[in-house]
Amino acid sequence: MTSERAKAFILPLVLLGALEIWARVVHLQSDSLAPPSAILQALGQALADGSILAATRDTLFAAFVGLVVGGVIGLILGIAFGIFETLDRLMEVTVEAIRPIPSVALLPIALIALGFGYRMEIAIVAFACVWPMLILSRAAVRDIEPRLMEVARVLRLSPGQSVRSIVIPAALPRIFVAGRLAAGIALIVAVTVEIAINPLGLGASIMLAQQALRPDLMLAYLVWIGLLGYALNAVLMAAQRHLFGYAAVVEEPS
Amino acid sequence: MTAAASSTSADLVVPSSAQISFNAVTLDLGGKTIIENLTLNVSPGEFLCIVGASGCGKTTALRLAAGLYQPTSGAVRFDGQQMTHPRREIAIVFQDYGKALLPWRTAAGNIALALEATRVPKAERADRIATLLGKVGLPNHAEKYPGEMSGGMQQRLQIARCLAQEPKALLMDEPFGALDAMTRQGLQDELLALVATNNATVVFVTHDLDEAIYLGDRVIGLLPHPGRIGIELAIDLPRPRDQLVTREHPEFLRLRRMLFDFIKATEH
Repeated sequence: MTSERAKAFILPLVLLGALEIWARVVHLQSDSLAPPSAILQALGQALADGSILAATRDTLFAAFVGLVVGGVIGLILGIAFGIFETLDRLMEVTVEAIRPIPSVALLPIALIALGFGYRMEIAIVAFACVWPMLILSRAAVRDIEPRLMEVARVLRLSPGQSVRSIVIPAALPRIFVAGRLAAGIALIVAVTVEIAINPLGLGASIMLAQQALRPDLMLAYLVWIGLLGYALNAVLMAAQRHLFGYAAVVEEPS
Repeated sequence: MTAAASSTSADLVVPSSAQISFNAVTLDLGGKTIIENLTLNVSPGEFLCIVGASGCGKTTALRLAAGLYQPTSGAVRFDGQQMTHPRREIAIVFQDYGKALLPWRTAAGNIALALEATRVPKAERADRIATLLGKVGLPNHAEKYPGEMSGGMQQRLQIARCLAQEPKALLMDEPFGALDAMTRQGLQDELLALVATNNATVVFVTHDLDEAIYLGDRVIGLLPHPGRIGIELAIDLPRPRDQLVTREHPEFLRLRRMLFDFIKATEH
């Protein structure tokens, strides 16, 4: 496993090395590119003076709150639509009409309604997170083994008991996957909103570095966001394996 | 729907002793008649086996008895009351135990589901679970997940969960069909012992004719397309039954021959 992992690092390292050599050979003077060594230095500096950590905190806060708000709304709707097919049919046109709207296209409205700041960013992140959660949790509920729903009927579980004891646990592994996807989307949308208009967090810092003609710092922020996304996914993947390991054990035989 | 219209005539026919009664039950599903004009009474404590070629509607009949289906016409009653929905005093053991158990709950947790449904106080649950696991021969597997158990153990667990409902009637849909022959025979005897102590009514659907005769007080053979009763045999073999002695009994062999001839005649 370790040697396989190590191999995966070869290509990026070679590319970085080549970029470094090329930048030094041509004495790179650019508003958009910088040698990897300069990017690394800028990243170290931004970490040292705490500016990147403060920006990270702001972005993650907005992304996280938006994810929770949107995720919970999407989850409740998804479970309800999954259980009650009539409701799903009634809402189909409404959902399919609103869902394709790019979340960032709501910026002008959100800006007028909520102004600059966290609230507007959270609202847009939440909007973006509702859909993957709704669609995937609805599918997860639909795909629950029908036999389990019959067991619920035969035992005469109350609707609340059925949802708590059967629907949510049965759908949970797939709901968690939906949450992981939504978390990635939340980070992307939060940074996008900050780049486009909102003067806080990592996105705004990128714009500031660009306007200050600091490509090294701008690229340092990009590298940092990449690392952040990678770490987020790794943590959620590990949590998923830890939480649902037994489900994998169950599904393997037969 | 049509039940109201037929209920008056139904009252006249149902013997007062019947626990489960089908009165002129017809069921159409998807434009096809699955069961036609089925009249059938099961007495309390009786062990009734239903056999028939595949597609003869034996599973459907069981689901009607469980209240999972509603008849198109006629009435299904339990203790004289019309079955408009499933009832906790009727437990059903599904053939596909792997799908009927909650894979994310341990054996104890799966039994607890039935106790939660019947709102047994938390303090009493542990004792009840231990007793039930002991009854089905899984005393040391309380903390195992279904995925860690063999097919036979999983089916035992499902039976334990059904017993946790404290049912008056146990409906079993080919419960041992997916198990190997040795496990099946062991479970047959355990089931007979359990039923003898609980005095529950059992309706047992199987395609294994030997199994039906071995277990039952009465065996009904269904004819397919649409499902209706083709043969009815009273099984007067002595109890307790024994895998060797009972199966070599001349009466067992006579009944077996009759049932085989019946099934053969329906298959062409």
